[in-house]
Amino acid sequence: MLWILATITFFMVRCAPGGPFDTDKPIPPEILKNIQAKYNLDQPMLVQYGHYLADLVRGDLGPSFRYANRTVNEIIAETLPVSAQLGLLGFLFALSIGLISGMLASSKPNSLRDYVPMGLSLLGVCMPSFVIGPLLVLVFALWLGWFNTSGWEEASDRVLPALTLGIMYAAYFSRLARVGFLDILHQDFIKTAKAKGLSAGRIFFRHAFKGGVLPATTFGGLAMSGIVCGSLVVETIFNIPGLGRFFVQSAMNRDYTLVIGTALLYATLLLIMNLVVDIAYVYLDPRVRHD
Amino acid sequence: MKNLISKLSPLLICLSFAWPALAAQLADKQEIRIGNGTEPRELDPAISTGVPESHIEDNLFEGLCSYDPFTLAPLPGAAESWQISADATVYTFKLRPNLKWSDGKPLDANDFVYSWRRTLDPKTASEYAYQLYYIKNGAAFNKGKLKDATQLGVVAKDARTLVVTLERPTPYFLNLTSFHTLYPVPRHVIEKHKQGWTKEGNMVSNGPYKLAEWRINKHIKIVPNPHYWDKERLKIKVAYFMPIENENTEEKAFVSGQLHMTTTVPSIKIPYYKDLKKRDPKRAVYQSTPMLGTYYYRFNVTKKPTDDQRVRKALSLTIDRRLIVDKITKGDQVPAWSFVPPNTAGYTYPRTYIKDSPSQQDLATAQQLMKAAGYPNGKGFPKIDLLYNTSEGHKKIAVAIQQMWKKHLGIEIGILNQEWKVYLNTVRALNYNVSRGGWIGDYLDPNTFLNMYVTGGGHNNLGFSNQQYDNYIKMAASELDHSKRLQYFRKAEDILIEEVAIIPIYFYTNNSLISPKVKMYSVDGKLQNWAGNLSDRILLKYYAIAK
Repeated sequence: MLWILATITFFMVRCAPGGPFDTDKPIPPEILKNIQAKYNLDQPMLVQYGHYLADLVRGDLGPSFRYANRTVNEIIAETLPVSAQLGLLGFLFALSIGLISGMLASSKPNSLRDYVPMGLSLLGVCMPSFVIGPLLVLVFALWLGWFNTSGWEEASDRVLPALTLGIMYAAYFSRLARVGFLDILHQDFIKTAKAKGLSAGRIFFRHAFKGGVLPATTFGGLAMSGIVCGSLVVETIFNIPGLGRFFVQSAMNRDYTLVIGTALLYATLLLIMNLVVDIAYVYLDPRVRHD
Repeated sequence: MKNLISKLSPLLICLSFAWPALAAQLADKQEIRIGNGTEPRELDPAISTGVPESHIEDNLFEGLCSYDPFTLAPLPGAAESWQISADATVYTFKLRPNLKWSDGKPLDANDFVYSWRRTLDPKTASEYAYQLYYIKNGAAFNKGKLKDATQLGVVAKDARTLVVTLERPTPYFLNLTSFHTLYPVPRHVIEKHKQGWTKEGNMVSNGPYKLAEWRINKHIKIVPNPHYWDKERLKIKVAYFMPIENENTEEKAFVSGQLHMTTTVPSIKIPYYKDLKKRDPKRAVYQSTPMLGTYYYRFNVTKKPTDDQRVRKALSLTIDRRLIVDKITKGDQVPAWSFVPPNTAGYTYPRTYIKDSPSQQDLATAQQLMKAAGYPNGKGFPKIDLLYNTSEGHKKIAVAIQQMWKKHLGIEIGILNQEWKVYLNTVRALNYNVSRGGWIGDYLDPNTFLNMYVTGGGHNNLGFSNQQYDNYIKMAASELDHSKRLQYFRKAEDILIEEVAIIPIYFYTNNSLISPKVKMYSVDGKLQNWAGNLSDRILLKYYAIAK
C-alpha cells in the first residue's frame, strides 16, 4: 500500500512542470548542471527511483531539496511532535465538548438544553477554521489580551489553535452523540431498565453510553484524519512550526523528497487511525464481535 | 561636608532628573523580534539566494566591505582599507589585524581565498556563483573549463593582504564585496560537518552576531559574537527572526506586540495605517521605502500580435499607472516610466512617452497605432492571454489592465494565472504573449537591469534581440568613466523603451510595520529614527531599542 503510494507520488511530483531549483532569476545552465549532479537529478528517472526505494527501505527519506542542511527525516522529527500535540489537543477538545453537549441535548430533547448546544454546533459546522481562527485571535488575543496572536513559544499558545482545530469536529461530535443517544434511549432494553426502577444517571452511563457513542466513534476516525490534515490551515493562521505547513509548501517548492516523505507519513497515520477505530468498534458494539 | 552637600543639592537634584533622561533613550531589554517571511532554506551565504536568508546572513557574517545601514555604500568591513590599480582591475585589500571567527579561531586572507574558491567550485553548486564571475577566471572555473583553482583572480599575498584581479573593470565590485555570496566561510567547520555546518551548534561565523538557535518554522535566534572586532558598537543583545509567511498573521503579531518589525503589510490595511500616521506621526508604524525593483509586463516579441512594435506601444500608452498604484497596490509605489528605477547609482532615465496617466492625446495615438497595425478599434485582434503567477495582487492589476485595454482599444484579452513554477516554465519557453514580471536588482548599478535583455542572455525571456542594444551594454561594461557608462546605459534603455519590449508599471516599495521603539545609529554614532534602504538590508549592528 505504502509502496504504491511512494511510487505514484515519486513519478507524479516529477511530472509537474518546473523543478526544485527553478526561480525567477534563472540559473546559468552550467550551474544548474552542477546542482542537478549534486542531488543525482541528472540520472535517468528509473535509476533515481531505484536509489530512492533502496533508501526508503532503510527508513531514509533522503535530503530535502529546499532546506539544504536538513534531511526529510530531520524535518519530520522536529515538526511532527508539534503537529501531533496540536492534533491531539484539538481532538480531545472536540471529543469532550462534543460528547458532553450531545448527551446533554439528548437527555431532554426539544428543550432549551437541546436547542442551545445544537444551534451552536450548527454554527460550528458552518464556519471554516480560517474564519474561526482569526475571530478567536481578534477576541481573545487582540481585545482581551489573554493569549498571543500566534507562535508556539509558551504553553498558552496551544489554546487558540487547538480550539480552532477542534470546534468544527466538536460540532459534528455533538450532533452525532445526540442522535446516537436519542436512538438508544428509545430502545426496549432502556425501557426495561427504567421499568426496573434504575436511576436516570445509571441508565445513561451504564446502559446507554456504549451504544450512544457508536455513531460518534465511526466519525472519530474520520475526524482524526481530518484534524491531522486540517492542521495545515490552523498552522498557517497561528504560525505553528508543525509538519502540516510542509505538506503543502513542499509541493509548491517541488521539494520532491519532502513531498513523498510527508505523503507517506500521513498515509501511515490514516491507516493506523482506521485500525484504531475498527478495534474500538469491536469493544463498543457486541454485534460486531458476534459477526 | 554637610555644607557642601547642601550647597550642591540643587545641582544634584537637577542631575538626578537629567540623568535618567539621558539614559532613558534605550530600553534595558535590548531584544528585537523581526518577522522574516519564509523559513530560510539555508544559512550558507555562498549558496543561499533568498531575501529572508540574507536578512540573517548579513548579521552573522561580514565581507571585505560592510554596508552603510542607510545608503548601503561600502564601508571597511573585514578589510580596513583597499587600493585599486589605475586600470581598475586589481584590488588589494588590507585585512584588519587579529580577525577571528565566532569560535575564536583566527581568520586571515587565506579564508577569503578558500571561500571564493569554494563558491566557484562546481561541486558546491552555488546558484549565485555568477556573482564571482567578475574575478579573473571565475566563470571558466565554475563552468569546469578550468580545473586549477590557483589561477583564479584571488590570492593571499600574506595573512593580511588579499589581492583580487578582475576580468575587466567592474565599477560596482566594491559593493559586491559586502554581498553575501562573497562572505568568508569557516573552512575548519565546513570540513568537519560538511553539509550540516550551518546547523545550530555547528555554525561559526565572522560577523557582528552568531547563531544561537535555529528551530525550523519557529525562530532563528542570534546573539552578539564575542570575537567580533567592533563588538562595542552592538546594542541589540538578542534578535529573533520569526518565519511568518501569512501577512495577516504577521500583522496581528505586530499589533499584539510580539514583533518589532514586519516584512509585509496586508494591502487592505495600508490605508488604515497611513491614516494613523497622519493623525499621530510620533507613533507611526507604517513605513514605505523605495526599492531597487520594477514591476512590469513583458512581451514575447517573437509571437503575433505582440511582435508588432505598434501594438506593444499602443498597449503601453493606454495603461493608467497612477490608478494602479493609488487604487490597487496602495503602498506608495511610484508609477514607472523606465525599467531601471530612478537614482540607481546616479542613473535616472528621463521621462519619455510613458506617463502616470494617459492623456487624451496618448489614447488617440494608441488608437491610431492599432489602426496602422491592422486592428482598427480592436477589430480582428487575435485572442491572447495576459499571463501572471497566481496571486491576488497580480490578479487585481491584470483585471484592471484588461479593462483599460478593452475600454480604450476595444480588444478582448484573457487573463491566465499559473502556479509559480509552471509560470516560470511557460515564460522561459516563450509560450506567452504578455506576462507579468518583476525584477529586484542584485547590486546598485543599472547593469543589473539592462544586462538582462542582451541577445541570448539567460534572463532574456522576451525573445528580444537588438545588435545596437547589445553593443551599448558591452561598451558600458568596459568603460571606466562613470558618466560615459551612464550615457551608454541611457542609450540602451532608449532602445528598450522605444521598442516597447517591456511595459514598466511601477517601481516597488518595501512596506513594513516598524515599532517606533526601533532606532538606528548612523555610522558615526548618532541615534535616529528607523529608516529603510534600497535593498531591504537589516543591519542589526546599528539597531537599538528605545524605551
